[in-house]
Amino acid sequence: MSLDAQPPATGPQVGADEWVARQALRRESLPSWRGAAQRAAERIGWWPRLAVACLAAVVLPMFGLGGFQLQVGIDSLVIALLAVGLNIVVGWAGLLDLGYVAFFGFGAYGFALLSSGQIGRTGIHLPAVLSLPMVMIGAAVLGLLVGLPSRRLIGDYLAIVTLFFGEAFVEFTNNVAPGTLGGPNGIINIDPIHSFGYQFTSNLSYYYLLVVLLVATMAVLRLLETSRTGRAWQAVREDSLAAASMTIPVNRVKLMAFAFGAMVAALAGTIFAAQQISVFPTDFDTPILILVYAGLILGGAGSIAGAATGALVVMVIYDGLLRSPTDSAYLFYGLILLTLLVKVRPWRRLGLVMAATVAFGLAAHAIAGALSASAIAGGPQSTGWIADVLRDWVIVPANPAIPGNYGFVALVCMLVALVQAKGRWRTVLMVPTLYLASFAWETRLIAQPAITRQLMIGAILIVMMNARPQGLLGARRVESPI
Amino acid sequence: MGFFFQELVNGVTMGALYALIALGFSMVYGVLKLLNFAHGDLYMVGAFIGYFVIQWFGGPTAVSIPVPLLLVIMFVLAAVLVGGLGMAIERFAYRPLRNAPRIAPLITAIGISFFLENAALLLFGSQYRVYNTPDFISFSSGLQIGSVSIDSVQIMVLAFSLALMIGLRLLVIRTKLGKQMRAVASDREAAEMLGINVNFTIAATFFLGSALAGMAGVMAGLLFNQVTNTIGFIAGLKAFTAAVVGGIGSLPGAMLGGLLLGIAESFITGYISSTYTNLFVFALLIAVMLVRPRGLVGRVQLQKV
Repeated sequence: MSLDAQPPATGPQVGADEWVARQALRRESLPSWRGAAQRAAERIGWWPRLAVACLAAVVLPMFGLGGFQLQVGIDSLVIALLAVGLNIVVGWAGLLDLGYVAFFGFGAYGFALLSSGQIGRTGIHLPAVLSLPMVMIGAAVLGLLVGLPSRRLIGDYLAIVTLFFGEAFVEFTNNVAPGTLGGPNGIINIDPIHSFGYQFTSNLSYYYLLVVLLVATMAVLRLLETSRTGRAWQAVREDSLAAASMTIPVNRVKLMAFAFGAMVAALAGTIFAAQQISVFPTDFDTPILILVYAGLILGGAGSIAGAATGALVVMVIYDGLLRSPTDSAYLFYGLILLTLLVKVRPWRRLGLVMAATVAFGLAAHAIAGALSASAIAGGPQSTGWIADVLRDWVIVPANPAIPGNYGFVALVCMLVALVQAKGRWRTVLMVPTLYLASFAWETRLIAQPAITRQLMIGAILIVMMNARPQGLLGARRVESPI
Repeated sequence: MGFFFQELVNGVTMGALYALIALGFSMVYGVLKLLNFAHGDLYMVGAFIGYFVIQWFGGPTAVSIPVPLLLVIMFVLAAVLVGGLGMAIERFAYRPLRNAPRIAPLITAIGISFFLENAALLLFGSQYRVYNTPDFISFSSGLQIGSVSIDSVQIMVLAFSLALMIGLRLLVIRTKLGKQMRAVASDREAAEMLGINVNFTIAATFFLGSALAGMAGVMAGLLFNQVTNTIGFIAGLKAFTAAVVGGIGSLPGAMLGGLLLGIAESFITGYISSTYTNLFVFALLIAVMLVRPRGLVGRVQLQKV
């Protein structure tokens, strides 16, 4: 099913036991077109897929990708690079690093100091061939230092230390040495990436630079994954005690994971700083961390392709689609429909739920309209056929904010109840939940896209962890609880 | 010397608040071995509930019921609602993950924290909501010892949080529920085998811990006057620090850690600069983790293999 789920023909596979193997076998023998499609997809190797993805990324701007879409593409690629780096620490080595964004910030600030007028009277303006390696090596050293506690602390304790390291970085850049680091005003007028007389100035050039860097990083990491070090990381993740007794130098291996992750993050940071021409402390705060985690978790921690894909998907939705009401309406109703199609079986039940929802909405709309004209005075905020379909179905009052708030709270309560309910009750509850979802969306969520996308990121983390912890592309692993 | 004692009083008040939040956090860690990142946001929800209770009864300048009754309603409502919210979160998001790898509930907790923060932003907006405490509780009715003044809100916060801590201590030591909580904390499987209802115990722990956070939120609203959706995150970080400094999972440790943190913060703000307060807190936490990961009163636990 996924790149990494495919068991290699030879060699041991870490973290997949007999149960997983049996499940893979069962999938192999899946009947009908689905099994055939899965087998066909699995026959394509990892490298051809990377090549295809790379080609798609290169060709994409030629289809008239304008200024705004290009910026979304650049941001998505930066986050994808970060997620791929985070995958080393979290996905492979199993170390929960909540200060990861600080390395991103370190890279950005390091590059900003080395290529702007910030230090001294004229500033330092190093070419990128010098400043990039300097920043990356600096980040690797910092990664080693931050990783040092991982020698003694495990699990939650490491998470706390790294979280506070990340917060301390934001506080540090905000408050310490405002003459050099600029405080809350950050550093502006950063040089573009330049070397040997060539300058990356246009957004398109940054897009291609990021594509090259992401593909190169993924290729290197793919080689690393099956190397001695990569296997050692995964062994430490599965069971550090067993790994140690197999003579794997656990501490050194953990530190290396931190250093490698930090290097990738710093690389992303330099490009980010150069492309933005400015860096601010808030660029490296917790929301970015959560965004990167959401990408990694959605795609599947432990899988390079999963990390990159997940981050790209999250960012394109977050940054691109959720800005226009019409696009996000397609996305929202499409996702609901998709979830229903996948999750509600048999078809009879699905049809019943859909019909009941439609009837429920029409009745609710008619009753609300009969009671008060202003209760249905507002229409859907999007344009296009979805809005036309919904106009006589969903209640949108003339002044939607307050009812929308109640609708949102009711929706969250209904969702919780829906998860707890069983059997017939679940089917019954589905109808009002679907209607409430549409109501909350049209009255409140669509009007606040900036908040809605943050809510979406939080929801992705919660839902994925509960429903499919291995992510969309990750391999299912069986772990014994400690 | 007056300044010193004034800062000490302020610090102890702050510390009592931190200790209350840290207590709930530490309790949850004790029974579930889970860092509940959403704990700070429960505190934020509590502060909002207090604000809406004041608004409900006529607003700060025209309170329609006696002020002590208003305070009681604020605290009870915040405790019950936030406790219920905490229980719902446990039931919905953490219970299915109880046997999952450790990383899964942690990431879920981060997701919940982010979700709550943004849900509050959606519902209440980003503007500061103001309690306007001086309009219904006179600040001048406090104690005046030399040049040190302790206003009535501070006295109330101190007394109430002290009472809560003593009550919690008694509950954990004397009651059957406390015994069950301690049993689940020390070994969940063994507790289950001995007939303890583990699900109920964990839910009750979540309720108590979240209720403490909710009441701390109301106190913070009364003390600092301002409530917004982002206060939870930083308070959560401070509570972590307090819990970790004292020894995570240990209730006396959480109280001690909270008090120490509050006093240290107050002195740094007073004598050095408020710019570096947070940086100091973070550095303190990292240092404690590195030197003494089990905190001041925590015991070394053997890792079971």
